[in-house]
Order: sequence, then C-alpha cells, then structure tokens
Amino acid sequence: MEIVRPTTLDDALAARDALPGADLLAGGTDLMVEVNFHHREPEHVIALRRVSEIAGWEGRRIGAGVTWTRMEKGPLRALAQLSRTVGSPQIRNAGTIGGNIGTASPAGDGLPYLAALDAEIEVASAGRGVRRLRWDEFLVGVKQTALRPDEIIIAAILPEVMPVAEEFAKVGVRNAMVISTVSACVMRMPDSTWRIALGSVAPTVIRARRAEELLGTTAAPRGSLLAEVADAVAAEVRPITDHRATEAYRRHASGVLVRRLVGRCAA
Amino acid sequence: MIVELTVNGEPRVATVPGSVSLLTVLRDELALPGSKNACEQGECGSCSVLFDGELVCACLVMAADCDGSDVVTVEGIGTDEHLHPVQQAMLDAGAVQCGFCTPGFVVAAARLIETNPTPDAGDIREALAGNVCRCTGYGAILRALESLAKGAS
Ligand SMILES: Cc1cc2nc3c(=O)[nH]c(=O)nc-3n(C[C@H](O)[C@H](O)[C@H](O)COP(=O)(O)OP(=O)(O)OC[C@H]3O[C@@H](n4cnc5c(N)ncnc54)[C@H](O)[C@@H]3O)c2cc1C
Ligand code: FES
Ligand code: FES
Repeated sequence: MEIVRPTTLDDALAARDALPGADLLAGGTDLMVEVNFHHREPEHVIALRRVSEIAGWEGRRIGAGVTWTRMEKGPLRALAQLSRTVGSPQIRNAGTIGGNIGTASPAGDGLPYLAALDAEIEVASAGRGVRRLRWDEFLVGVKQTALRPDEIIIAAILPEVMPVAEEFAKVGVRNAMVISTVSACVMRMPDSTWRIALGSVAPTVIRARRAEELLGTTAAPRGSLLAEVADAVAAEVRPITDHRATEAYRRHASGVLVRRLVGRCAA
Repeated sequence: MIVELTVNGEPRVATVPGSVSLLTVLRDELALPGSKNACEQGECGSCSVLFDGELVCACLVMAADCDGSDVVTVEGIGTDEHLHPVQQAMLDAGAVQCGFCTPGFVVAAARLIETNPTPDAGDIREALAGNVCRCTGYGAILRALESLAKGAS
C-alpha cells in the first residue's frame, strides 16, 4: 500500500488526479472498520487530515475535516445536538463531517441537518476546479454520491437564511454508540415555513414535503394538526425492515419524533 | 513503509505493513501491548490512546498516516513506582475484574481528569461512554473516578 500525505489542497487534488482509484482517509472511523475487516484493501490512500484548507469552519462554511467534537461545541443548536449523539468521545474526536458525507450512509447523522437546510456540498478537482451540489444532487443512493473519482469534498455550505428554531433527535437502542434507527431534524424558518428531514428511513436522507406543506406557516401547531403531521410523515417515509427495526416501527417512530421536534421548535 | 512518530515521549521508528492500524503497530511492532484489541471497530474503547492529544481508538487510526504524530498509550500514563491518580483510584476502588478494558478506561479517564479535574457524575459517564467493560464492572469504575473528583474539589 502507498500513502500520500498532502498538506495543501492543491497537492491533495493533484494526488487525487494522479491516483483516481485511491481511498481518501479523513478520521478513519468508517474507512478503517472496512479495512480491519478486509472489506476494503486499499492500494493507494490519500490522507486528508493535514490539508489545512478543508480543516476550518468559518460561518456558513464547514470544512470537510471539521470533527464532531468541534461541531458539538459550535453555535448551531441542532448540529451540536446531533454531533453529541455520534458514537463516543473517541469517535467524535476523529470522525468528520466530510467523512459522514463521503460515506453517505442512510443513517449518517449529519445528513438530516444538511437536508433540512438545503445545504450544498462543495467539491473540487484539479481539472475542473470547484463545483457545488445541493445535498439531494450529491446523495444519490445507499452509500452512493455524485462525487467523481478525481474530486474531494471541500466543505458543507450552509444557506444565508438560517432557521429561528432547529432541533434534532434520533431513536436507537441505547444512548451511546448507536446507529440511528430513525433520525429527524426539524426547523422553523424566519418566513415561518417548516423544514423536516429524516434519516434511516429511505435509501438517502429525505425531506417530508407533505408534512412541511401541512404545517404551512403555522407558528405553534397543536392538537389535530400535529397528529396529521405525524401521520403524513409516517406515510411519506420509505423505510425497510432490518435487524435494527421493522418498517412499521420506523414509520411510527418517524411520526413521533417529528411531532415532538415540531413541538420544541414551535413559537 | 517506515513511519516516524513519538510514543510516550520517545521518538520511535516503525515498519508499517500495508494498511494496518496504529493499534497493530503499537502491539506488534513497538512492543507496547497495553492497548488491547477487542473489537477493531471503534465500539469498545479498549484500544484508547491519545493521538496528538486527543482521545481516539487506535484501531481506527491508519498507522501509515501516523508519521510525525504524538501518541500516548497506557504505558505512558503512569509508572510502576508512580501510578497515575486514576490508576491509584481504580486500584483503591477495586475497579478491575479481568482487566481487559482497564487500559482503555485509564487512558480515557486520565484525559478527562486532565481537561476537567472536578467532573461530576454526568461528565464521568459521558467521558467513558466509548469504553465497554465486558465484566460489567462499571459501578466500581464510576465510584473510583467520583471519589478522585471529590478529592480534587
Ligand atoms: C463505533 C462507531 C460509532 C459510530 N457512530 C456513528 C453515529 O452515531 N452517527 C453517524 O452518523 N456515524 C457514526 N459512525 C460512522 C462514522 O464515525 C461517521 O460517518 C464519520 O463522520 C466518518 O468520518 P471520518 O472522518 O472518520 O471518515 P473516514 O472513515 O475517514 O472516511 C469515510 C468515507 O468518506 C470518504 N471521505 C472522507 N473525507 C472525504 C473528503 N474530504 N472528500 C471525499 N470523500 C471523503 C472516505 O474515502 C471514506 O469512503 C460511527 C462509527 C464507529 C466506528
Ligand atoms: S479495539 Fe478499538 S475500539 Fe475496540
Ligand atoms: S474488567 Fe473485564 S472487561 Fe472490564
């Protein structure tokens, strides 16, 4: 195995260009599990943790190399909440938002936040320079993204207009170190509209558009509207039955989670 | 591949076979078997080390990426003559059964005490959330650290 350890983005992109089949390595918390279990045997690795251009977080721009530990202490409420639920202190010290996006697991806990915000993923290559894709252009299937073999994820770009209230929660079998059975992020925007995103209930993270429409611009939804929203979410998600939960449970839990989070975001 | 790193304050040179983890290199190449290998998937914390000052699972660090890094293992936390306060507290509380998880708990707890000398019960539980004890001796481990924190406050 060969490893390249670039310290600048230009060098990283040049390495990526020269070795299109190489595995990118950030915190290693997804990649090394595959390597340790011989599900992946990298020939070439490009290690990204020394690349300073992707390590920073400035305002709306969260560099791919920013760890959960940093986001947990950051100013964005739901992002901090979800970061706090990832793995354990050891995992949060190593794992990054870029790795979460790169893995594109349906259960990736950072992804509902990006989906609810309509965030963009900034990628770059040596040949074509920088491009930005909206979250739903980038996350195209179970562990599948629109990243081209010569590209690297640079940052998650948050929108200019941010929510007035945002909440995240997930359901799992215990408190620490657990892959989401269902996760949800709910936001109330300055124009009073709502955003609802869910993870682990479809091949990619999804938005519950029907439920968002039902909520309209109601600032403090109550009673029958909340029940309708929960039903709409349960109908809208497309979960599967697996070893973690049944489809029926995931539908039910999706509705319950969203109803609770809408309650917490209400004016 | 040759990797140069600092381990427990000493410069070390390791021959790294392929894509193996830092844990494998510590144990098999650098004769530091204190960090334990139980799950190799970040779930148990028995391989916890400080990597450039941060608590991580050594099983999830690619050794080939460690050139220039500073690593502290459980062997660097205390000595036989001078136990680290966390080690003494765990000894006093009888917080060790089979001992397999102990190195990971010691490293994680030492890091906690370093960053927050007077953690409350919640801080302690959170800091140790990535460490699993298969003998389920959690009660004594928590008591050890709670008494240590009480002594410091
Ligand atoms: C014990 C344990 C618990 C976990 N718990 C959770 C959890 O609760 N929630 C959750 O969401 N995840 C969890 N994970 C999964 C993992 O920690 C996260 O997905 C993490 O964010 C991955 O980041 P990383 O930096 O470690 O990625 P790496 O493992 O370094 O990389 C992951 C993938 O992304 C690619 N990649 C990395 N950086 C880039 C980049 N800049 N551009 C393009 N591709 C890139 C890599 O090539 C690789 O395919 C857990 C993992 C473990 C081992
Ligand atoms: S061996 Fe590394 S966490 Fe279990
Ligand atoms: S003492 Fe046996 S695993 Fe913890």
